[in-house]
Amino acid sequence: MTEFFNGLLRLRRGPWEMLASILIAIGVVMLMQPYVLWAFSHSFTVTLAGTVLFLIVSHFPE
Amino acid sequence: MSETAMDRAARTTPPRMARKIRGLSDRAIAWIFVAPTIFLLLAINIFPLIWTIRLSFTDFRANRPNAEVSWVGLRNYERILNDPEIWQTMQATAHFLFWTLSFQVLIGFALAWLINAKFRGNNFWTTVIVLPMMLSPAVVGNFWTFLYQPQIGLFNYVVAFFSGTDPTSFSMIAEVALAPWAIVIVDTWMWTPFVMLICLAGLRSIPESIYEAAECDRASKWRQFWTITVPMVLPFLMLAVLFRGIENFKMFDLVVQLTGGGPGSTTELTSINLKREAFEKWRTGYASAYAVILFVTVFGLASIYVKAMNKVKER
Repeated sequence: MTEFFNGLLRLRRGPWEMLASILIAIGVVMLMQPYVLWAFSHSFTVTLAGTVLFLIVSHFPE
Repeated sequence: MSETAMDRAARTTPPRMARKIRGLSDRAIAWIFVAPTIFLLLAINIFPLIWTIRLSFTDFRANRPNAEVSWVGLRNYERILNDPEIWQTMQATAHFLFWTLSFQVLIGFALAWLINAKFRGNNFWTTVIVLPMMLSPAVVGNFWTFLYQPQIGLFNYVVAFFSGTDPTSFSMIAEVALAPWAIVIVDTWMWTPFVMLICLAGLRSIPESIYEAAECDRASKWRQFWTITVPMVLPFLMLAVLFRGIENFKMFDLVVQLTGGGPGSTTELTSINLKREAFEKWRTGYASAYAVILFVTVFGLASIYVKAMNKVKER
């Protein structure tokens, strides 16, 4: 866990990609879940943030 | 010394062109070759994408090309993401995606496992299994509507034979509870062979020597399956899931032919709903915003999936 946060602080690709992937996954689940309309309404913002973050951080050093 | 194809090509190049090319660097020549492809890609993929994003912020209607178009900002996105009907189509798509992928992976892998075992008529059965994949989705949709007919449909009679119910007592494509499963069954029937073929390629790429080494170490068949077969087929399987996932997220033709999105809007997947918004209601700006939402979702999912696939390959 400490390694993960250190990687985030030192702008390393691995942990940042992990973070972006988690955001995308949460966004997709929010988009397709049948329980809360509020989650559906905010799903696109989360997915878009994750996708843009993923595009940016995939250029970070390993 | 014999003349090579390269020498022949060089000899047949007109002298004027040869003089021009001689002055170019390797990098420039490479660009000349790549430029037509890049131009086509920009014209066919990138430009429409940028245009769609631009339209998504307007109230443009394609059936009124001369009407004044006004900038509506994020209103289209706001309306889509607060629409319970669209939320319902997302749920229908999620149900369709989850079950088709699960069934196709399980049955496709099992079939590949069976076909990989050498037996008489192996090639014949492979061809038979692959046949549904070769048919047009419109044809498949059409004949499955006949198979699902309560009065004359073979499907109902098979179910009735095994369950003892009356074949006319249920209709797969007309009942709200059964219609989502009807489209899952047809898509699974049609595309499981595709997953099977990819898994078969994976299974056949495993060297026999690894199993022999495992036998020497007295590894049981069960252990060989989980520690050799599954890890080595996994990249192939993930590729199949990626292809089928993207395809099924955009599924249109098969479902339109089978149920037309009905009964009600039970089987109205996002692509069907999107088509209705764009080409029946002619709300082009709104439909563009809808398309952008779907694009970002698929793009994001595909990105993390490709990353996961590369990690599996590196192991």
